[in-house]
Amino acid sequence: MFVARSIAADHKDLIHDVSYDFHGRRMATCSSDQSVKVWDKSENGEWHCTASWKTHSGSVWRVTWAHPEFGQVLASCSFDRTAAVWEEIVGESNDKQRGLSHWIKRTTLVDSRTSVTDVKFAPKHMGLMLTTCSADGVVRIYEAPDVMNLSQWSLQHEISCKLSCSCISWNPSSSRAHPPMFAVGSDDSNVTYGGKVQIYEYNENTRKYGKAETLMTVTDAVHDIAFAPNLGRSFHVLAIATKDVRIFKLVPMRKESTSTGPTKFEVQTVAQFDNHNSQVWRVSWNITSTLLASSGDDGCVRLWKANYMDNWKCTGILKGDGSPLTGSSGQPTAMSTVVGSSVQTSQNALNGMSAGRIGKRAPFAPPLRQLTSPKIYQHPAYY
Amino acid sequence: MQKIPAVSDGKHMGFAWGPGDILVYETLHKASGSGSSFIHEVRKDEDIYSPILRKLFNESHHIFVGLQTIREDLPSKSRKPQFVSISKNYRSVIRACMEELQQVAVSTKDGEAATQYGNQVSILLAIELIWNLCEVLFIDAAPAGSLLLHLLDWVRLHKADVDEKAREVLQSDSPAEHRDYWDVVVSYVLQGRLDEARQMLMKQATLQPAARNMYKLMDTLLSKMPFFNPSGTQTLTEFDVKWRHWHEEVDRCLQDNSFASNKHLEIICKLLLGDEDILLDHKELLGTWYHFLVTRLLFCHPTVKPAELHYYAQSCMTMFLDSRSVPEPLDSILLAAFEFDIHQVIKDCSIALNNWWFVAHLTDLLDHCKLLQSHNLHFGSNLREFLLLEYASGLFTHHSLWQLAVDYFDHCPEFGRVYLELQIERVPLDTERKALKVLRICEQRQMSEQVRSICKIMAMRALRNNRLGSALSWSIRAKDAAFATLISERFLQDYCTRGTFSDLDLIDNLGPAMLLSDRLTFLGKYREFHKLYEEKRFTEAAKLLLSLMTAKIAPRSFWMTLLTDALPLLETARSWFNSIQKNQILMTLTNCSFSLHESVTEVDLQRLQKSDYFSSV
Repeated sequence: MFVARSIAADHKDLIHDVSYDFHGRRMATCSSDQSVKVWDKSENGEWHCTASWKTHSGSVWRVTWAHPEFGQVLASCSFDRTAAVWEEIVGESNDKQRGLSHWIKRTTLVDSRTSVTDVKFAPKHMGLMLTTCSADGVVRIYEAPDVMNLSQWSLQHEISCKLSCSCISWNPSSSRAHPPMFAVGSDDSNVTYGGKVQIYEYNENTRKYGKAETLMTVTDAVHDIAFAPNLGRSFHVLAIATKDVRIFKLVPMRKESTSTGPTKFEVQTVAQFDNHNSQVWRVSWNITSTLLASSGDDGCVRLWKANYMDNWKCTGILKGDGSPLTGSSGQPTAMSTVVGSSVQTSQNALNGMSAGRIGKRAPFAPPLRQLTSPKIYQHPAYY
Repeated sequence: MQKIPAVSDGKHMGFAWGPGDILVYETLHKASGSGSSFIHEVRKDEDIYSPILRKLFNESHHIFVGLQTIREDLPSKSRKPQFVSISKNYRSVIRACMEELQQVAVSTKDGEAATQYGNQVSILLAIELIWNLCEVLFIDAAPAGSLLLHLLDWVRLHKADVDEKAREVLQSDSPAEHRDYWDVVVSYVLQGRLDEARQMLMKQATLQPAARNMYKLMDTLLSKMPFFNPSGTQTLTEFDVKWRHWHEEVDRCLQDNSFASNKHLEIICKLLLGDEDILLDHKELLGTWYHFLVTRLLFCHPTVKPAELHYYAQSCMTMFLDSRSVPEPLDSILLAAFEFDIHQVIKDCSIALNNWWFVAHLTDLLDHCKLLQSHNLHFGSNLREFLLLEYASGLFTHHSLWQLAVDYFDHCPEFGRVYLELQIERVPLDTERKALKVLRICEQRQMSEQVRSICKIMAMRALRNNRLGSALSWSIRAKDAAFATLISERFLQDYCTRGTFSDLDLIDNLGPAMLLSDRLTFLGKYREFHKLYEEKRFTEAAKLLLSLMTAKIAPRSFWMTLLTDALPLLETARSWFNSIQKNQILMTLTNCSFSLHESVTEVDLQRLQKSDYFSSV
């Protein structure tokens, strides 16, 4: 791995969230400086800030994109107890030439009485639905019935989770085999009662969301939660950021035909990693759910991968080195790599042929063999 | 571990997954404060961005697809040569790529780029070395006798510096006196290239007429060394006997000091006897333990059986390598190959290389040869699929190579389709042409949800940019009735404000697509009415207009407009409407005025009331 590019985000305060849009060509950043910035990636890979505006009157915790089927729509949530929906307006032609675009606020959601900690759009097959969760322990689900009029949102569900909520994640699966489902995490720090992760499921009969499962084994504060992309499996995979990184498998149990309640699940712990040795703050899956990334109090981002036998291992680590960034953005910065002794060997891997071993270079044939760049994976390319 | 600059200790590192990269930034969760406001794009070392390697990906894709279509029902006897041929194709693609990279590495002025190219060449060399060995041992599965010959070829192919040295020597004024002369001769012998050794030696022989007999003797010995002929009539046993005779003859020459006065020839004689110590004296010329292995086998045990290989391999490696040096990944991989542990080879290659290209294609080929199954791996084909999925997913992030990935997913029966569905949705739809390309792929595979979604995205984008025609045609393609309705209404609104239609071409040629939504049908028919009117086909126009009024597919906001359109037809002297039709118009008017629509204006009503019809009532 290497740093391909560094972008000077120019926020005046800490960045709290960075979110790619669906196609990976745009990015939104939000910060404690109360603003959101939108960036567009040009053909040569350079990022340009095309919009920057004040969104809230408090730190903005999260920003997220709606599916492009709904147009260019963003949602943000903040310490100021509100969440907001923004839509990009196609501007005048000279704006376009200058590479600027305008975003206008379509609605502010003010139902929460405390800091809104997470905002997520539901999977697109459910329509344009927005979910927020707050420190007051309430999850709110809003819907915009008319996709062409984003100023109209109605509060469809208000779910009290009893514990302060920090994160939500929808199950992205659109399979008809199971009803819509989301998970909520709580950062309540009292460990005496467990169940810091709750799973809610939509009930066709009651037309409401009911609690389907509480993960009792998760007793510490949960900071982030993420369902993995489904891949057509019958079970669900959920990653949790708590005092360690945990991956759970939720296997729906066969329902009685007469049962009208929520699905019962068999909960299995697939993996548990305490490598961060500290609080884990974020977890997130890549598109194909083959890689999980986590970040922790130790200031590292770790990448986790399962091999084809479903054994999970750490496949890469990113760590800040505290050195100031010099040089303009857009140039690959110098890397300092930390190389452990076991990795040293594979660093000079493939050095088998004559030259390397004996130290003399033979023409054409093997120049001193090395891999293209210093090895960073401690358990690399885990097959 | 990858260090990120400008993210200091004590801060958290936030991240976001992107296509082919991961963004990281400094933050402190749940706090505020100042900090470095940089976002770093971190990427895996990516060969897919190398223009030269791209050829590797393109051409190997071609070979891969061809391999998948080889018929399974043919007997394995006739399939093996096909597989060997495919393996050779793959290797020639690697070689071609390698040569091109080498040329660029040598010619570039940029030092850093030269190093990078050089590194890539090294890796490809190693890959080809491993692949070649796998071909010899697993795919061709040469039996004893041929095995050694194949291994000799293998070593010769990967020790090309001999030829260069030889060329240098031969081109000099006095080859036999060149300082590398004896190195070349010995190298030839070590590689079993005895004819060439003999030719070289002749040059020395002419310089030393006094030692002519000695050189003649050596020449004879070299010429008489038996080599197994797999296509000949001689059996392996017969060959073995013959070889032993020859070996004894050489030994006799050594014992009776035939070459004692010429240390070079004596060394060669000992080499021919497979003398370990002398062989090890020539480590530098051998270069590698596996050259040592093959040479040793050549001169000690040419009838080596495949199952015996690993004993020799292990001992040769130990003898050759310094006691201090640690075996490197390439060594373990080759050793695992000599042990016929395919699984281990694949595993070690996956670990040592950070591109899945090699292991994916090799494993796929081995799977087709039914070799993974023979190792009792009940997950054999899963391994193949796993690696192919990894490789293809890596291709997907590239702006043009993603199209190759599609074929790979097509040949992964278990998860290929769902991986394709997930990833093809994310291909940026920069241009209409690209969108159509993506759509075609989805349509060919009946991925109807992806088709609908992509069309919807394009329709939405067009709508936002006020390109109604484009939006409409995308909605039609998406079979999105609701959206088609919405856009039709926009068209109609446009007409109301401007008096003309945009995108006439599209509306005029809707055809059966018109039926997608009522509103769309109305739009199409209404436009038809206008055309008829322009063409002065008033009877038909009148009839159509009436049917639009009565068919109830007209939006209410449009009734007044329809009535207004009827006015010219009513006001002229000749009546284009018969009395029944006029009644219907009156009905519509009545309904209209009761609805109190904004579009009903006083002026319109007066005009209608003043018209011919009403005056005749």
